[in-house]
Amino acid sequence: MSERLARLDKALKRRSDPGGTGDAGAPARSSDAKGLAIALRMGSEFIAAVIVGGAIGWGIDRLAGSSPWGMIVFLLLGFAAGVLNVLRSAGLVRKPGD
Amino acid sequence: MAGESPDPIHQFNIVPLIGDGPLAFTNSALFMAITTAVIIGFLLLATSSRTLVPSRLQSLAEVGYEFVAKTVRDSAGNEGMKFFPFVFSLFMFILVSNMLGLIPYTFTVASHLIVTFALAMAVFLTVIVYGFMKNGTHFLKLFVPSGIPGYILPLVVLIEIISFFSRPISLSVRLFANMLAGHITLKVFAGFVTMLSGALGAVGLLVGILPLLLAVAITGLELLVAFLQAYVFTILTCIYLNDAIHPGH
Repeated sequence: MSERLARLDKALKRRSDPGGTGDAGAPARSSDAKGLAIALRMGSEFIAAVIVGGAIGWGIDRLAGSSPWGMIVFLLLGFAAGVLNVLRSAGLVRKPGD
Repeated sequence: MAGESPDPIHQFNIVPLIGDGPLAFTNSALFMAITTAVIIGFLLLATSSRTLVPSRLQSLAEVGYEFVAKTVRDSAGNEGMKFFPFVFSLFMFILVSNMLGLIPYTFTVASHLIVTFALAMAVFLTVIVYGFMKNGTHFLKLFVPSGIPGYILPLVVLIEIISFFSRPISLSVRLFANMLAGHITLKVFAGFVTMLSGALGAVGLLVGILPLLLAVAITGLELLVAFLQAYVFTILTCIYLNDAIHPGH
């Protein structure tokens, strides 16, 4: 936990530095674009995972005739994956294998 | 009444231009071809007289190259540069087709889900094929986070797999939805102007200035969105390629 906090600190410092010390124009604008880019990602990342989870569950139900259990389980898993996607795109969760 | 209410969806109709049936050359295909022609023409023109002190066109091409190259290096490392042609083509295609789509009477290629989905699948399949080619079964480590207790691992692996397969969906739906919604909004606000003046005459024309101003503002916003969407698509492509190159970290 503490080493992750230290890592976050370092990352925060690295991100805030160019805005403070670099020349005002270009770096600020590029970080604006990055922020907007991240903002645009969030919603679709979440919805896509729910859709994929639902689709997998529906497919399993179709094949195994287990309706509606596959759909229920995989929708919930898709929801979890969506939350994971959002946290990951916000840089709050490590990638697997890190 | 002077103006019928304009149909905001009409602009997305696919019209076969040459031939008929599933293989017809449609307006969508025409604008893809125009996009490609514009990119090739621009790059050929920009690099035709290579000088040390670049001309305006040449510096524009250089800015484009450096921008994409920096994005690739930042997210996928130097090893990712072997995918630079692929990423650069994607970026230029999406950017130029979005920009062309903002010109009145043109067709926005990315406003159809199947087009953006094809682009996303190209990225997704490249990641899978290259990941397995380079890392073999080690690539599957992508789905198995380290340091997870055994009893919860199956659940986590399932979630990781769903998360992985949601990538092409989110990649394609984001681009498609943004372009579609932006163009519909633009059309609706522009339609208000003609509808108001048609219904209320001179007073309507005066009130119509408001939606006209909004339409102008939204056009500016759309210009930003057109670029940002191309940028987001590019940076995510790089991040996903990075997974294929280094699945271990």
